[in-house]
Amino acid sequence: MPPSGAFSQFIVSAMPDLAIIIPSVLNGLTTGALYALVALGLTLIYGVLHIINFAHGALLMLGLYAVYYLNTRFGIDPYVCLLIVPPVMFALGYVLQRGIIGRASHGRDENILLVTLGLSIVIENLALFFFKSDTRIIDTPYSFEVIQILGAFVPEPKVFAFLGAFVTAGLLWALMTFTDLGRAIRALAKERKGATLVGINADHVYAMSFGLGIACLGVAACLLLPSYYVSPQVGQGFVLIAFTIVVLGGMGSFVGALIGGLFIGVVEALSGLFLGESLGQIGIFAIFILVLIFRPTGLLGHKV
Amino acid sequence: MRTLIILAAVFAALALVPLFVVSDVWLNIAIMVLYSALLGQAWNMLGGYGGQFSFGHAAFFGTGAYTVAVLQVQYGINPWVGLFAGGLAAVVVAAIIGYSTFRYGLKGSYFALVTLAFAEVLRILSNSVPITGAGVGLLIPLQVAPSNLQFADKGSYYWLVWAMALAAFLVAWWIGNSRFGAQLMAVRDNEDAARALGVRAYSVKLRAIMLSGFFSGLGGVFYAQYFLYLDPHIAYGASVSIESLLVPIIGGIGTLFGPLLGAIVLHAISEFSRDLIGDIPGISLVLYGTLLVVMVLFLPRGLAGLLIRRKAAPQTPKKTEAEHA
Amino acid sequence: MTDSKGKRNGGLGRREFLATGAAALGLGVTGFPAVLRAQPASVKVGLIHPVSGFIAFSGTQCRAGAEMAIADINAAGGIKSLGGAKLEAMLGDSQGKPEVGASEVSKMVEGGVHGIVAGYSSAISLATSQEAAKSMTPHIVDVGVSDQIVDRGLKNTFRFAPGYGTIAKFAVDNLAGINQMSDDKAKTAMIIHEESLFGTGTANLLQKKLPEIGIEVLDVIKHANPTRDFTNIVLQIKSKKPDLIIPANYYNEYVLLARTMRQQQVKAKGIYSVLGGAASNYKFVNEFPEAAQGIMDCNHWFNPKSEIALQRKAAAEAKGLVYTYEVFLAYNAVVALADGFERAGSTEHDAVNEALAASTLDMSYMPYGPTKMINGQNVGARPVNTQVLDGKIEVIFPQAFASAKPVFPMNS
Repeated sequence: MPPSGAFSQFIVSAMPDLAIIIPSVLNGLTTGALYALVALGLTLIYGVLHIINFAHGALLMLGLYAVYYLNTRFGIDPYVCLLIVPPVMFALGYVLQRGIIGRASHGRDENILLVTLGLSIVIENLALFFFKSDTRIIDTPYSFEVIQILGAFVPEPKVFAFLGAFVTAGLLWALMTFTDLGRAIRALAKERKGATLVGINADHVYAMSFGLGIACLGVAACLLLPSYYVSPQVGQGFVLIAFTIVVLGGMGSFVGALIGGLFIGVVEALSGLFLGESLGQIGIFAIFILVLIFRPTGLLGHKV
Repeated sequence: MRTLIILAAVFAALALVPLFVVSDVWLNIAIMVLYSALLGQAWNMLGGYGGQFSFGHAAFFGTGAYTVAVLQVQYGINPWVGLFAGGLAAVVVAAIIGYSTFRYGLKGSYFALVTLAFAEVLRILSNSVPITGAGVGLLIPLQVAPSNLQFADKGSYYWLVWAMALAAFLVAWWIGNSRFGAQLMAVRDNEDAARALGVRAYSVKLRAIMLSGFFSGLGGVFYAQYFLYLDPHIAYGASVSIESLLVPIIGGIGTLFGPLLGAIVLHAISEFSRDLIGDIPGISLVLYGTLLVVMVLFLPRGLAGLLIRRKAAPQTPKKTEAEHA
Repeated sequence: MTDSKGKRNGGLGRREFLATGAAALGLGVTGFPAVLRAQPASVKVGLIHPVSGFIAFSGTQCRAGAEMAIADINAAGGIKSLGGAKLEAMLGDSQGKPEVGASEVSKMVEGGVHGIVAGYSSAISLATSQEAAKSMTPHIVDVGVSDQIVDRGLKNTFRFAPGYGTIAKFAVDNLAGINQMSDDKAKTAMIIHEESLFGTGTANLLQKKLPEIGIEVLDVIKHANPTRDFTNIVLQIKSKKPDLIIPANYYNEYVLLARTMRQQQVKAKGIYSVLGGAASNYKFVNEFPEAAQGIMDCNHWFNPKSEIALQRKAAAEAKGLVYTYEVFLAYNAVVALADGFERAGSTEHDAVNEALAASTLDMSYMPYGPTKMINGQNVGARPVNTQVLDGKIEVIFPQAFASAKPVFPMNS
């Protein structure tokens, strides 16, 4: 029986065919890896600067446009853009934090909130002005290539994104663990006063952290665009889900963000399958609320 | 007492606006200012006086709006009844959110994000259940009659939102001058210390979110009756949540007049940037966003910070390790 | 007035001063030449579209179409019954929000607007037309397909394009016709729609009507905007194996859906989208010629056999515009409003509303029947079916307007 009317759709959208559960979970994992990429930068910023960066989506959008124009104007492959876009985004992040966000905060949470909100409005509307409102897509030789895994077709760009998320998380972890910068960032995240006393330049390290977080968005943009599109508002669709992942994974935890991303990807896929695609979105937030209430430090809660 | 007199004088002056402003455009702007001030003051009760930043006030706003609309459209119940039902329904939602978060001691960013998640859950639900018209939305039939809470002239709408805002500001004044408010602010400034002094933090915060929810719900009722159409994005979307917190933050959080100042200034710069720039898509919003950033750079304590410089300005909750652990 | 201006230097007499002053204040003076009042220097047309925010692309397209119409009408001599008065655009941005749209209306009303073309989205059109109704300012809805817009009995609100009731009916009737002509008939379908007003409303109607023409609806999938990934939905399509896939969603989601269907190698007899489909969008066809091949669409379209329509299309394309339905529907809305001024011979709101209500505008450049207004809706308005064939968008149904024969199943 087909479901008839809104009500039966609300109750359940017909039991899914069991054969599609495996492909659906696989897809959830690859989509989740993309979410994780966006969340990695956010969790770094969150863990170190303790700020809710409302401009995260807008900056992701800028990264996507960068990849788009590099590809369409200069024929640079999105994966080659990995060498260009993240460093540029890093510089942008550094300047934004040091020049505007840090300065405007005056040590108050609500000011940071306002500034990042203001920045996102500015960036999105500048994009609207310069890039126009058209939805843009790039065409790559591998856009429609698929790899067969367990009888499911997994598009190549998503496989690359999946691997990219692991590599990025690994690199970030290594950077935080083995470099002086990493140690300084961790010290600052824990105890600002103590860190400045031992001679850490807090403003510089904060800006470096913010820059790194935004550079992660650059990576995400390069890996996302081959299977997605860009328009001035595109980032907004990722912000909320990235916050969810950050909190689930424990703020400041890269492993947490990675696992949280994969987890949310699978939850989204399965709840979409069982509750219907529209209502299924509720699964993400329901889990988010439950985790926060019963385990407020996140599933893997520990600090940077 | 002096602030109460000033408050009375300000609202008395505001009440006269429709008698002098004949232009519908200006009256509409005045309506939207009071409407923003209402939403802002509602947020301020919890966020400003209580230090609990909510990103999800749309949960209350949307519930108020849908309640009055659903009662009218699906059950034929008069919107004057719906007005109070809407406020009360929002209180119920606020109680549920408050109970499930404060009881478990959620604070800071965690509280902010969980309220956002609740608003999203409600948005998705309202998008799916038939009673709200799901994605099609709810259109309140156009039947202009005061008994129907629909008015032919903007002046009457103005007085409606004026009365709602007045109630919200009186309650905010009461918070600022009552034992309850003192406890709420004590919890904001240092919860552990407040507890040590015998303040029942959980119950104080719960009452604050319910008050806050009520007035946000009234804002929703006003929106529904003024524009007569709702869909899940209008009711539970992020823009209401953002407007609710933007207004008091710009004006000065935890201050009585902050939300009013914030509402006036936000609408002023929005109108100003639109008039200045005009027709180029997006550019007026660029100017709007820039002005926001510039204001924060130079007015870190909001507009009210200018006025109360000499008094001890309210403390914002300092980030503590416990909050982020 | 120029006269008095000239005198101003030489000093105004008291009487003249009073008369000019009063006229400038717009109070109107008894004995003021009637001709002057009936012939404004320009006729102000308010254009309110969401040129920023989430639906900025569509809003920008609408504005471009409406501005082209104004330029064309002015170039052709303006409103002749008003002594060749020129149309003057007043531009407004609703930012995609109903309340902002409504406040733009009140601003324009105060600015002396004579008629408004607005909306694009149904939610915004509901708000703008209602606000305009307070002053009875003539209001034409360019796109907004919700039938609630014209069902409220507002005497100032008109729509010359079809609403989704009509579109869903024709979508089903035309589909029956196409199915009839084919040897390999479709018997099952799946509807994939976006969750807001237009997708849900359309899907509800289709779901009711498809069984009447012998097509079983296997499943209806509603999805969010934005949906970041369509694999799940496509997997469900694959497992249900419908003959027909019926999408009703916005451009971004449509692109992702089409792309994912290709990646997942979905085979169906047809993809038949209703409203907002990318198969009646040149941008999509140009960017994805292979993915677009064979897709059918029931949507707003122009009459491909009309010289005027083709000229307008060429003119728009010469300006670098993609000729989407937003462009020509907004263009038509301005033309219809101008025709209202023309026949009213006045810019008085009531007269223009009366003229619009009695409109029999010749719209032969659209695939419509004769224009006839009932409750503000042009009941002659129709959608058509298009199909992407060899990189071109062809009209395939109804036959009176067809430029090609339908290819169904699409891969035959």
